[in-house]
Amino acid sequence: MAGNKTIAIKNGYVFDPLNEIDGEIMDIFVKDGKVVHELSDADRKNGKVIDAKGMTVMPGGVDSHSHIAGAKVNGGRMMRPEDSYKWTRKKTSLTHSGTGYTVPSVYLEGYQYSQMGYTTVFEAAVPPLEARHTHEEMRSIPMIDTGGYLVLGNNWFLMRYLREGEIERAANYVAWMMRTHKTYGIKCVNPAGVENWGWAENIGALDEANIHFGVTPREMIHGLCEINELLGLPMSMHLHCNNLGQPGCFEITKDSLEIPSHIKTKQNLDVEWAETKVDSKRKQSVYLTHAQFNSFGGTSWGDFESGTKAIIDHVNQTDYIVMDSGCVPFGEATVMTGDGPAIHNLYKLTGNKWSNTDVEMECGSGILPFTYLKSNPIHSVQWAMGLELLLLVKDVWKSIMTTDHPNGGTFLKYPNVIAWLMSQEAREATFNECHQWARDRSDLGAVDREMSLYDIAVLTRANPARTVGISHRKGSLGIGADGDVTIYNMDPTNLDTRDYENLVRNFSQAEYTIKDGGIVSRQGEIVAIPQKRTFYADVKVQEQGEKDMLADVKEWFKYYTVGFAHYPTPDSYLMNPTPIKINAEG
Amino acid sequence: MEEVTLTPKGEIDIMVEAEVITPDTFATKSANEIENLVVWQGSHELPLSGFFDVKGKGGSSAGETSIIIEGDVTRVKRIGEGMTGGSIIIKGSTGMHTGSGMNGGEILVKGNADAWAGMEMKGGLLHITGDAGDHAGCAYRGSWHGMTGGKILIDGSAQSQVGGGMSGGVIEVAGSVQNFCGIRQNGGLIIVNGDAVRGVGAEMNGGTIVVAGSIMNFLPGFEYADTEIDLTFDDIVCQGEFMKFTGDYALVGRNKGALYTSKNANEDL
Repeated sequence: MAGNKTIAIKNGYVFDPLNEIDGEIMDIFVKDGKVVHELSDADRKNGKVIDAKGMTVMPGGVDSHSHIAGAKVNGGRMMRPEDSYKWTRKKTSLTHSGTGYTVPSVYLEGYQYSQMGYTTVFEAAVPPLEARHTHEEMRSIPMIDTGGYLVLGNNWFLMRYLREGEIERAANYVAWMMRTHKTYGIKCVNPAGVENWGWAENIGALDEANIHFGVTPREMIHGLCEINELLGLPMSMHLHCNNLGQPGCFEITKDSLEIPSHIKTKQNLDVEWAETKVDSKRKQSVYLTHAQFNSFGGTSWGDFESGTKAIIDHVNQTDYIVMDSGCVPFGEATVMTGDGPAIHNLYKLTGNKWSNTDVEMECGSGILPFTYLKSNPIHSVQWAMGLELLLLVKDVWKSIMTTDHPNGGTFLKYPNVIAWLMSQEAREATFNECHQWARDRSDLGAVDREMSLYDIAVLTRANPARTVGISHRKGSLGIGADGDVTIYNMDPTNLDTRDYENLVRNFSQAEYTIKDGGIVSRQGEIVAIPQKRTFYADVKVQEQGEKDMLADVKEWFKYYTVGFAHYPTPDSYLMNPTPIKINAEG
Repeated sequence: MEEVTLTPKGEIDIMVEAEVITPDTFATKSANEIENLVVWQGSHELPLSGFFDVKGKGGSSAGETSIIIEGDVTRVKRIGEGMTGGSIIIKGSTGMHTGSGMNGGEILVKGNADAWAGMEMKGGLLHITGDAGDHAGCAYRGSWHGMTGGKILIDGSAQSQVGGGMSGGVIEVAGSVQNFCGIRQNGGLIIVNGDAVRGVGAEMNGGTIVVAGSIMNFLPGFEYADTEIDLTFDDIVCQGEFMKFTGDYALVGRNKGALYTSKNANEDL
């Protein structure tokens, strides 16, 4: 365990967007794991000092959407031994051994994120019945604080409540579910459509009612966004749209994004906020995930093209949407999602090995190994689309950089994505290697924007933290924030972005990763295993409402194959359970 | 050309992982440096000299290095793994994964080879004078991409899943094979001069398999195309009268595989 949590980081070029600090030379002080104004002489004596002269200092990285734990990640590991045996890591006196490239074992996930400078990662999809499993894995992921989003877009209780217009009861149910499964926010995957997949069908339009429940995707999206703000959850509703991965799906994505346009954002956190210059409360009422997979243009694979323009224009013209990119950096991937029918489509396309699951009364999922090839026209356009979505959204505070790990590619490719964002030279080099369609069927070729280190700090730290509502302690170096700091060995005053390989190298391996004031990773070597936390939303609602809701839930629980008493995830499944208090009583 | 001789020092209980035994690793090294190369045995890392007496030295490159193993190494795994040049002569039988992923050079096994010989091989020549175990020239567990190039010659027989997932190169078996020879094959050539049991070419969608003897349980997913006499594949000639089938039609729309088998030995087909 990291004993010393007091540190002074001196003379570095600091990039802290939530405090509007853009490369100023500053000292950062952390005492007992929290950022402070300054250290007393005694603290200085006992604490560590790092001279970060000529280096880049940022808050610890925050990944707001990554598949790192739970049944489908583990399903991916089990069906892909070939992913494991070629990517292995020896144990050291401090660390465990590990294997796996696109679906690494839990220990490896923690070490590799930490080496890149990340300190907080959120698991993107937790089926309620698999919450125990997810927590069992998350507690074993070292180095990083974690939390998980609960999959609710095809939940039988919610579909019934929302069809009947019982929004209060639905909200009470969501609040109870967050506490019951120790999860952090609402995830909505192919709303109303995955239920149909249980009958080998899907849903293609927002106003199409699904089988048995008769509820539409529009009702589910609207209902979940409304519940989210009624409760005042940390994150806004996290949306994976219908028709994902099908040519022309950008249209339903655009229409879906319009549904919550009038819903007022309300974040009701009962927490202490780190000092920030910029308001660190979230602004958005919907958080669209892996926008690239939701923005396919054309009408078939033959006339496939980027459909990102309509989405980007919509995001540019409004201020209630944040999206993460879901970039495709080429190479090996394992696609895994709660969207069973989307993965079945890929199975029909590739003939690869395929796994599919129905989670009773709640959701489903699919898994399939996938390789993105530069020689493939569709994959090349997808590469361009992921970058378009980040480079063409004018306000960097509306976007987040992800690869939807491991769907678009592994999180280990983040440094490559950063290099493409910062260097036109890097993009040109890839254009020259990949299929001509990347240039012909996207707007990326005409983009000359090169992002700054400040922009990158927004995309990988400040904005993911603010968007998911953890910015009261993560994503900034404001006073009171967690002492999570990354130091990259790059001099921003002397940075040649034409040398993009140097960017990749530096972002792959932080000079120092500091978590809660302790140095945990140094030049790619894990030097300490810090305590980690598991965040979840602890929503307080009115007692009577909860009682009424539970009476109904217990009545319907007879359809589950598990008993009511065995349903909740006990605290003991979590490493250092850290509730985010939310007061929705009023 | 420099020569390195490895003489086994007696019985090995737990198998040794010896991927360091390649001309690539030995090149430019002295006998002493080679003795100190590290191998895994179970959870322990030990010097190569714990298992072999080392004589000679490596050449200036892999191609200039020849390794001679004086005796049986059936408890030693991964000899020649990933090698790109030079040669290894094993004067006895060898353990699992011999020549797996090799990309060039030659391995001669004067005896039998255990499972996974030439696994996912890319180039070079692997010649086994005795029998081969399961998965010769095959993809590893879970992978659908096996051998892509090079040549495996087996003078004896082989077990199951010869050439699984193969997409290039040649495998010739003088004797017989067991089950699922050429499973998921999508390229390359497999020639079996003896018989096969069942599952030949299961889910294949490309490449060629010749079984010059009989196939005991022929898969239903293959369709008869025609009969050919004396097959020729570059410098390889298979004499006799062969029935040609295409398949495997169990995979819809993917059926470019060719399966030849002896007309005389398969009268019931």
